[in-house]
Amino acid sequence: ASAQFQLAVPVAVVFAPGSVPGDLPRPLPFRDVQEMELSVNLRTTVTSRYETIYRSTTAQEEAALGAATAREADAALHLLQDTSLGSLTMYVVPKTSSLLPQGISVYVGKHRSALVRAGGGLAALRTLLRQLTQVMSFTASSITAALSDRVPDGQLGPDARRHLKSSLGYEITFSLLNPDPKSHAVEWDIEEAVNRYVQPVLDKLSLVANFSVDSQILYYAVLGVTPRFDKESSSFLLSTHSLPHVINPVEARLGSSAASLYPVLNFLLYVPERSHSPLYIQDKDGAPVSTNAFHSPRWGGIMVYNVEAPSSPQTSLPLHVEVDMVRVMEVFLAQLRLLFGLSREELPPEFLLERPGNEGLADWELDRLLWAHTVENIATVSTTLTSLAQLLDKIGNIVIKDDVASEVYRAVASAQSAIAELAAGHLHSAFQASKEAVTSSERAFFDPSLLHLLYFPDDQKFAIYIPLFLPMAVPILLSLAKIVRETRQRKKEPTKMD
Amino acid sequence: VCTSRFWFNYRHVANTLSVYRSVKRLGIPDSHIVLMLADDMACNPRNPKPATVFSHKNMELNVYGDDVEVDYRSYEVTVENFLRVLTGRIPPSTPRSKRLLSDDRSNILIYMTGHGGNGFLKFQDSEEITNVELADAFEQMWQKRRYNELLFIIDTCQGASMYERFYSPNIMALASSQVGEDSLSHQPDLGIGVHLMDRYTFYVLEFLEEIHPASQTNMNDLFQVCPKSLCVSTPGHRTDLFQRDPQNVLITDFFGSVRKVEITTETISLDRDLAGFESKIPKDELATETLKYAEQLPVAQIIHQKPKQKDWHPPGGFILGLWALIIMVFFKTYGIKHMKHIF
Repeated sequence: ASAQFQLAVPVAVVFAPGSVPGDLPRPLPFRDVQEMELSVNLRTTVTSRYETIYRSTTAQEEAALGAATAREADAALHLLQDTSLGSLTMYVVPKTSSLLPQGISVYVGKHRSALVRAGGGLAALRTLLRQLTQVMSFTASSITAALSDRVPDGQLGPDARRHLKSSLGYEITFSLLNPDPKSHAVEWDIEEAVNRYVQPVLDKLSLVANFSVDSQILYYAVLGVTPRFDKESSSFLLSTHSLPHVINPVEARLGSSAASLYPVLNFLLYVPERSHSPLYIQDKDGAPVSTNAFHSPRWGGIMVYNVEAPSSPQTSLPLHVEVDMVRVMEVFLAQLRLLFGLSREELPPEFLLERPGNEGLADWELDRLLWAHTVENIATVSTTLTSLAQLLDKIGNIVIKDDVASEVYRAVASAQSAIAELAAGHLHSAFQASKEAVTSSERAFFDPSLLHLLYFPDDQKFAIYIPLFLPMAVPILLSLAKIVRETRQRKKEPTKMD
Repeated sequence: VCTSRFWFNYRHVANTLSVYRSVKRLGIPDSHIVLMLADDMACNPRNPKPATVFSHKNMELNVYGDDVEVDYRSYEVTVENFLRVLTGRIPPSTPRSKRLLSDDRSNILIYMTGHGGNGFLKFQDSEEITNVELADAFEQMWQKRRYNELLFIIDTCQGASMYERFYSPNIMALASSQVGEDSLSHQPDLGIGVHLMDRYTFYVLEFLEEIHPASQTNMNDLFQVCPKSLCVSTPGHRTDLFQRDPQNVLITDFFGSVRKVEITTETISLDRDLAGFESKIPKDELATETLKYAEQLPVAQIIHQKPKQKDWHPPGGFILGLWALIIMVFFKTYGIKHMKHIF
């Protein structure tokens, strides 16, 4: 189905005193709109509109910009700005300002603002602004990846279909694999770690979907791949090409089939056996990976946690091992970001990104996810409803129940409102509307009553009814013919008889 | 899917279970397999070796074993359930193991065996699925992007007719015999008294025994399995809907499961000790209303559901009327005096 998307991003460019370029077309404040079109395929086009307001700083913002470091300035500015989802604010500071370190001309904060060093005229500023909006909201490739259903296969980049599809909820499972309980008695305080480190990230992502977390410990679960012993480092190594075969033997025991209907993300912590310790993962060049972890798109991640050998041979087995949850969670949360596609694309060298800290992701990264998911949801709704309509055209005698019909109406209304909100630049309401649209359309499409078992080929119809009716029909037709002949004769006879 | 029941169709169950075993051996876990069997072989009163299903003469290989997970068994193997699994139109109460939860990056292997004919496959001696219905179901799957690529293997008489009508992209199909030919069974076992396997599946399994999870054998080799000299029927295949060249398609793309992995190179940094951290109240303590039984069911749906469409039967009056017409015409034509011969 054809779809036109218009994505409007409200941008504000605020000039601190001393940073106003000399060649402004009009005096501040003024508005500007830039549109760019990206056509995904013949019938789908995406237009992005950047509605920019150029203005100068207020007194409070000036005070905030007087802070010592960029991070403090960012924190102070955050309280002053309008932080609706999807909007961006750029503060232009004078060239000589000490807020930005040397060599950095753009600093992107944790929220929705960035600090840009002035320099050059308006044209250079505009180029920087364009790059910045691409980083902080969406790029052509991220939108194309979201619409991957509609793009012909040849044009998809490597990122398409790598990230998790937009869904109403996700189930996260943390598993501890202990293949050698005789040697290691491993304990991990997963509940505390989840409450402390994982929950803040999930709370921030709660706008995107519902998350549920569970954990389990599996004993005697082996990897299925025998690691090689490397004499030089006297450690065991898992090479890159044996990694894909690690997941399947374990998956059978993970019990992910008992969980909910949402996509499941598995995070496994593997403590190698005493006889295979220490175990390192090798990358393509043969060097051990610093995180000792790998992940599989749309599935989850595995981390290998090495336990040090006991200091003396007399130490009684099993060794008591207390897992360092912070180290583990740093890796797992990084893998979670990668699975969702929040990781940073290649940036020009003069950009500096603020680390998101314990929240796990910056506000603008959340925005990126929301833009992609909203577009994906609307595209999915339109495909689903079109294919439902085609199905109903083809099979004329399917009965549509009332609630299926009302779901379809609701889906259409929500999708239209989502598109309108996107064009108006309200990302939050657009995303909510798109979620409702997807829920309704999925419920309508997958309603159990729409199953059509009504295909009767013509030759079967003949084969059934002819043996029934033909023998019956023969005497009837012959007799009717006889009756007709008799009545005709009788009509003629009275004239003859007399 | 094994679509037959009854003791003399032992070989269909053995076929299906053998393919199930191979697929599990090559790495696909039970959570990713939907197995539909009548499952009346192992505990059948006529089975001389109870709790076993053998696939080879001289009872060499017991394919039933102790970790067979049958998702749809016995009378649940119907055309309706099969189509529901494929299209996803399943009642909300169905457990996860009975659903096909695939997405646009899943490769699906469908193996069907049983008794078939030109354009249809018989399900459990009581109903049929036609090739048009199957093609439509696949199209429904494609519309919702429930598969990336699909391999359809069918071992029945006149199996090639089942894939004639496919029209959705990315489907490759293999059949054990052409239209007009019958698929034959392999060997009877005198101890058990029935034929144990079908020829085509037997040779496919011999072929699969040589595949291990890292092997690079491609689909062209699978097409060569079971030439006419061994199989007596001519196996057929269809690749025109498939986008990749079969030469480049690995057997393990469908029969095994090799995932894409990436090394994790980045970490995020967490504050080890959060100043001013308060432990959050666990959500369980919030008062929640206990869910009443009635609320869990979609009551509105149940109440307002229109009665199921039954198949159209001619109304009883019609038959009576027809017979009355016949009798009237008969006696009008041949005279009323014949009536007394009847009464």
